[in-house]
Amino acid sequence: MANITVSPTRMELTRLKGKLRTAQRGHKLLKDKRDELMKQFLETVREVRALRAEVEEELMTVHKSFTVASALMSSEALEQALVYPKQSVELTMTFQNIMSVNVPIYDFQTQTRSDSDIYPYGFAATSGELDTAVDALGKVFRKMLKLAEIEKSAQLMAEEIEKTRRRVNALEYVMIPNTQEAIRYINMKLDENDRATTIRLMKVKDMILKEAIEEKREADARAVEAFGGKQDPV
Amino acid sequence: MAAAYQIAVIGDWESVMGFRALGLDTYPVTSVEEAREKVRELAKTNCAVIYLTEQLAKDMDDVLARYKDELRPAIILIPGREGSLGIGKNNIQRAIERAVGADIL
Repeated sequence: MANITVSPTRMELTRLKGKLRTAQRGHKLLKDKRDELMKQFLETVREVRALRAEVEEELMTVHKSFTVASALMSSEALEQALVYPKQSVELTMTFQNIMSVNVPIYDFQTQTRSDSDIYPYGFAATSGELDTAVDALGKVFRKMLKLAEIEKSAQLMAEEIEKTRRRVNALEYVMIPNTQEAIRYINMKLDENDRATTIRLMKVKDMILKEAIEEKREADARAVEAFGGKQDPV
Repeated sequence: MAAAYQIAVIGDWESVMGFRALGLDTYPVTSVEEAREKVRELAKTNCAVIYLTEQLAKDMDDVLARYKDELRPAIILIPGREGSLGIGKNNIQRAIERAVGADIL
């Protein structure tokens, strides 16, 4: 339904026309943004699905290795072996801007003395399965970090797409039709006013003309009377 | 803009112990309530990524929703020792539905 509370003036009409232009431009831009975001989002989601499947599978293998290791060692010994890590991981986070969405990019540095020696325990008291498990976990961790990055991106992009979609729809189905309706209403009202004015002028002209004719007739009649009461034979 | 952040792993002890060997911060918890508290606590510190086991996450929807739209921390679900529950995959599906308005894949 149109907003009928607008006052039908020329000034309002100009204002509404400007508003409509802006709305249409905004609508077009937002639509482009939504389409591009959607494209990026779907790409990301495809990646996430593939990577998640991979990570989950590999993590399960890791868990299996750990289960075997914990079966071969006492839980105290296992805890003791792992309690003090030899390396530490630090994460740096930078941002990338995809269509006004800030998405994180993670990068990690390990602080360790050497890559080959990541095991925080001596080999004497532990089982070989533990080495395999820790090694496998170290490999899958890279993928896990990548997964964290793109999954978070996907979530943030989903939010932005939802917002943009709502805006596009609000403009397309509410704002623009309402403004058009209001413009049409003002146009019709102004035209109606124009016609009313024309008719009024015509009426006034008629009345004035009638009065003038009447006066003329009276003046003629008086002249005829003064001339002798004779009717003009013509 | 780059600064040093921490990576945390929350889960039952058996699921997280391996990550300790890699040098991540591990927080073994025994109950959902404890995990909830831990996530809130970590979100206030400079923790950028939290890996959470699905076994705990299945009862923590409120906390997950709270941090979903925040840039930091990213809460990523990983399968725990008992295997994957499919929650992580479900979350992707939900994100798609949210963005598109329908399930299209």
